[in-house]
Amino acid sequence: MTERYVAALDQGTTSSRCLLFDGQGRLVSLAQRQHHQHFPRSGWVEHDALEIWEIVRRLVPEALSNAGAAPEQVVALGVTNQRETTVVWDRDTGRPVAPAIVWQDTRTAELLQSLCENLDAATVYERTGLPAATYFSGPKLRWILDSDPSLRDRAERGDLLFGTMDTWLVWNLTGGVDGGLHVTDVTNASRTMLMDLRTLSWDPELLACMGVPAAMLPEIRPSMAELATTRDPVPGIPITAVIGDQQASLFGQTAFEPGEAKCTFGTGSFLLLNTGTEIARSRHGLVTTVAHQVAGEPAVYALEGSVAVAGALVEWCRESLDLIRSPAEIETLAMTVDDNGGCYVVPAFSGLYAPRWESRAQGIVAGLTGYVTKGHLARAVLEASALQISEVARAMNRDVDVPLSSLAVDGGMTANNLLMQAVADYVDVPVVRPMMAETVALGAAYAAGLVAGYWPDRQVLKRQWHKAGEWHPELDPAVRRQHLERWDRAVELAIAWGAPASPSPYLD
Amino acid sequence: MPGSVQSVERAAAIVRLLAAESEPLALAQVAGALGLAKPTAHGLLRTLCEVEFVDRDENGRYRVGRDLLQLGSTQLDVNELRSRAINWTDALAARTGEAARVAMFRDGEAVVAHHVFRVGAGHQTLETGKAVPLHATALGKVLTAFDPGAARAALDRPLEGLTYRTVTDRSTLVRELADVRDAGYATAVEESAPGVAGIAAPVRDRGGYVVAAIGIGGPVDSLCDARGRPRSRLAEDVLWAARAISREFGHGRS
Repeated sequence: MTERYVAALDQGTTSSRCLLFDGQGRLVSLAQRQHHQHFPRSGWVEHDALEIWEIVRRLVPEALSNAGAAPEQVVALGVTNQRETTVVWDRDTGRPVAPAIVWQDTRTAELLQSLCENLDAATVYERTGLPAATYFSGPKLRWILDSDPSLRDRAERGDLLFGTMDTWLVWNLTGGVDGGLHVTDVTNASRTMLMDLRTLSWDPELLACMGVPAAMLPEIRPSMAELATTRDPVPGIPITAVIGDQQASLFGQTAFEPGEAKCTFGTGSFLLLNTGTEIARSRHGLVTTVAHQVAGEPAVYALEGSVAVAGALVEWCRESLDLIRSPAEIETLAMTVDDNGGCYVVPAFSGLYAPRWESRAQGIVAGLTGYVTKGHLARAVLEASALQISEVARAMNRDVDVPLSSLAVDGGMTANNLLMQAVADYVDVPVVRPMMAETVALGAAYAAGLVAGYWPDRQVLKRQWHKAGEWHPELDPAVRRQHLERWDRAVELAIAWGAPASPSPYLD
Repeated sequence: MPGSVQSVERAAAIVRLLAAESEPLALAQVAGALGLAKPTAHGLLRTLCEVEFVDRDENGRYRVGRDLLQLGSTQLDVNELRSRAINWTDALAARTGEAARVAMFRDGEAVVAHHVFRVGAGHQTLETGKAVPLHATALGKVLTAFDPGAARAALDRPLEGLTYRTVTDRSTLVRELADVRDAGYATAVEESAPGVAGIAAPVRDRGGYVVAAIGIGGPVDSLCDARGRPRSRLAEDVLWAARAISREFGHGRS
């Protein structure tokens, strides 16, 4: 019998990949390619959506050929994506009208102050689950529409289309200018600040106050549904799941039940807790988001602690500082010393997300002395990711009845043993990695495969979860406390640095 | 990649191999280490001598040219290896149900660079950073068979008997290493510990240089058939993972 597979298309912040999985959820083939990051100004981050689509067009056939698989052997495709990144394109030419504004971009910090004059922040949070932050799509879309007066008219006429990366890819995969499907899923829509969490539809009041024409919005669909069949680059593959990357990895970790959580270490790091069909509200700085929705069923929600910068800081050490030749070498460099030498790096490149939501905070290095070497800096870089996630984990523990007893992790950075040990030390629970670090893609494949009947039920997927590695807390509690206190001070300094200056007696 | 010339890649691999060695290598060692036919290796070495990238000593052995040595040699970073191997090591562990490990030769030892737990087994501890015997494990034998430095480290000291099945005789081991090169993978059955077996294969870089070994280890009953021989299906899985990781390093790409 011919082997059959499920494909996942994972369009991430720094790279896109296409993966094939077999019936046991095992990786069969992987094709991956990076795209360019554009930083035209301080705080701005852009992608070229056309470049990303051209890459995806090459990856899908490459993944098939790596596995020696024919298109008809692929029973379903799940699409998962970097969330919030905002694309606006011309329906007739298929070309973006502006560079895609990436989720990390902070250009909307000023815009946010005046954005929702008719609705207060509490109402927006109540309806969308999101605080007013540069992170989300709605303000980015508004910024693009404001950037060129002609765009709004074209958008109102329905000539321009808006989408996050899922929408852009599905539109292109299903024919593009030639009848492409203009849709998004509930998880991605829940990141726009334009969707009501309860009704799962675009909220007219939010659209009005954000100044977004309804004509340009995609239709919101469940995450798991028979959506369409691909026409490009490989025709005939059913698309049966579309789901944001962090929600996908929650699914890939088989965290199907309320109370189950995961933490992904990628460009940023993201702790998500499944709260079932209940819309849980955070009192400690977490976001409420849709976890997934099966067609015809109620949506499942999650609490999320989003940290903007994790792997991005390591990449910055490579690309901008030339401190290392590859991201993995940060661990080698960090291992040349025993501790951080008193040095703390607060990577507030995109302000600070959860739990503090300080859009104007800027990055700092605290505790510099002549003693500090690049090894100490490398250690501080890795500890920054662990310390930020420990903040988010504490916020989550305060929000829920049952604190986390262990942390399921995934993402490329789980290859970093030093980081994983630091996470165990600072969160103070065992850290467990499953036998598939690419859980984002696995989750998209699981979601797609379930809809297509490739897997009979979720129990089968649960049984495919295996522990690949485990790290236990080893840090002395007093030392841990000391690090957490210093880190907290460093974060306060980063926030203060971003705030308007107060008068100084040393000037004038 | 357009315009990539195979003989240049191979020549680069030879230079890297020689640069990693403290002692000169014979033609057969170079050919064996890189999986090249002897005439091919000879032609490349002769050219490399002409351009003074390689020196040939009075015994006809080759070493890297003195000028080139000053450029230094860049060894593969152990953490880089882990990050490139992680997906395929996971897949190998999931396919076979056995513990999977990636090892590289470092400072005279075979060091575990990455370890994935055995499916469903009870408490397990990560062995990353620990050394495994070069002569008595499948991982160690792969490195010893393909890396002259590892071969010297393994064969220049007494072969310690760890079980009654450990190969402690030098010439027996040397013969077995030749078989490993022919087969393309290594096995070890109860040679490092009673009841434990392993299967491992080489990870090659773009030029064919063996940078690491990947393998599975587990109970003899799971890894071997009724006659005590490693199951061929498992060996195929190990070779599949080794090829996939080698591809990450550019090996076998046109």
